[in-house]
Amino acid sequence: MRPSVQEMIARSQSKKNKKMTEKLIPILLFLIASVSVLTSIGIVLTLIVETITFFTRVPFFEFIFGTTWLPFSNKDAQFGILPLIVGTLKVTFIAIVVAVPIGIAAAIYLSEYASENIRRVLKPILEVLAGVPTIVYGFFALTFVTPMLQLIFPAIKIFNAISPGIVVGIMIIPMIASLSEDALSSVPKSIREGALAMGSTKFEVAWKITVPAALSGIIASVVLAVSRAIGETMIVSLAAGSTPRLDGDFTGSIQTMTAYIVQVSKGDAGFGTTIYYSIYAVGFTLFVFTMVMNILASYVSKRFREEY
Amino acid sequence: MRYIEQQTVVKRMNSRLIINKIFQSIFLLATLLALLALVILLYRIVSQGVGHLSLEFLMNFASRFPEKAGIKAALIGSLWLMMVVAPTSIILGVGSAIYLEEYAKQNRITSFIRMNISNLAGVPSVVFGLLGLTIFVRAMALGNSVLAAGFTMSLLILPVIVVAAQEAIRSVPGEMRDASYGMGATKWQTIIKIILPAALPGILTGSILALSRAIGETAPLIVIGVPVIIQFLPAGVMDTFTALPMQIYDWSSRPQQEFQTVAAAGIMVLMAVLLIMNSIAVIIRNKFDKRY
Repeated sequence: MRPSVQEMIARSQSKKNKKMTEKLIPILLFLIASVSVLTSIGIVLTLIVETITFFTRVPFFEFIFGTTWLPFSNKDAQFGILPLIVGTLKVTFIAIVVAVPIGIAAAIYLSEYASENIRRVLKPILEVLAGVPTIVYGFFALTFVTPMLQLIFPAIKIFNAISPGIVVGIMIIPMIASLSEDALSSVPKSIREGALAMGSTKFEVAWKITVPAALSGIIASVVLAVSRAIGETMIVSLAAGSTPRLDGDFTGSIQTMTAYIVQVSKGDAGFGTTIYYSIYAVGFTLFVFTMVMNILASYVSKRFREEY
Repeated sequence: MRYIEQQTVVKRMNSRLIINKIFQSIFLLATLLALLALVILLYRIVSQGVGHLSLEFLMNFASRFPEKAGIKAALIGSLWLMMVVAPTSIILGVGSAIYLEEYAKQNRITSFIRMNISNLAGVPSVVFGLLGLTIFVRAMALGNSVLAAGFTMSLLILPVIVVAAQEAIRSVPGEMRDASYGMGATKWQTIIKIILPAALPGILTGSILALSRAIGETAPLIVIGVPVIIQFLPAGVMDTFTALPMQIYDWSSRPQQEFQTVAAAGIMVLMAVLLIMNSIAVIIRNKFDKRY
């Protein structure tokens, strides 16, 4: 005789291992979920421990306020990070000058002017820009943008801050456009329609109603893009050169924090040398910069969000 | 007395409409400018690289002679890398997402994990390289093997997969869950037999997009110390290897002009791999979209 359904349920419920599974699975999944926390702890610990080792050899203040970055000199190596920070900021500045107007304008066009069909075509194409690997952008900067700039301004050297800056800007356009568009689209339709019914043109609606209402989201998108630009590595490694310098020159070879880490990793800086530890100190500085930006972005978007 | 001065309105109307038109064109122009950049980029790479692209290029190892340089080791190496990254990152990512969506209580630990994941997404990839160098390459003594690079890449794309899987799980309608419980299924049975299959398309799409990011990522590999010139294929996950972006980086940074065409051809191979992965993701998304 086949067992009845009740019997089957009773039998399966009495199985101990099933109950064990139900209890063990959440614990296992919790352990998996904590991998991300462990990763963060790992990053912070790694950076701090190796940076402390670095500071036993190079004084902290010399690192922070030193104006010369000369790590490869055998006689008097100097580790003042300011030139690397200035290099990073030069590239970031140009990237922002390129990306902010174009990104925000694209966002306004997509959310305020474009019809549903046009938006459905344009948005995925913009996202393709975000999916292009940075090494490809680096190649583009080195072999196309730099020669083009040299045609217009012969004073520009092969390695400079402008070309990688422009290309980093192109890279972060989709980020600004897409995040700003999200912010603009979340402004309720009724507000927009109210303004239109009062006789506003679309531009007046965008400029006086939706952009101010979405300002926190737009600013947050820009701050996140700055963070991305600061951490961008391959474009600057290929096209910006490897000359740490503190001056305000954009046309010659510079070096960013990320490019320095790559330069050392590519060569054979032996484990345990001061140069080896210096990449952690630079990495830590970079980490602090991007974290401050990320926290600022989430603060801006939370603190100044308009609630409807 | 009139509330509206019609004269003024009429006078200003034209200029307001013109300003609207001008700005509409400016905004459209900006959007097209971004697209133009993409077109130029693709055109440049194809026109430079297509001459060097051949079956030989795919079958040859790297060489110091540009005409003999091939991408075999890098292509196979990238596939090996994906064989480590895909299972590691998907198991970790989907597991975390299930925990956060189904089991986690609303407490401080949970919100800490959530905040942590979103912060992790903002860490530059080169910093992940430093983590991999210290933990996997040195502390766990994996060297510059496929495994060390794979683990590093998995952690790098983990936040992307977690967020995608969370969204996919969240979009499974509550009625399906209730029906499963109503039939007497346990929580884990409901998750594994109802929720995960329903969320699978979303999870797969997100995971493929995340993996395509990992395949193009260069900086962590350089920091880990992945070599470039390799004349053999890895036989296992503990072997050293090279990857597509590493190879492209090496060719791009060489001073000889000829290597630029080799680099462009390499980029075409990389972009083709990305295109295939993204098409699969789009097909999955379109096929299974809006089932509920």
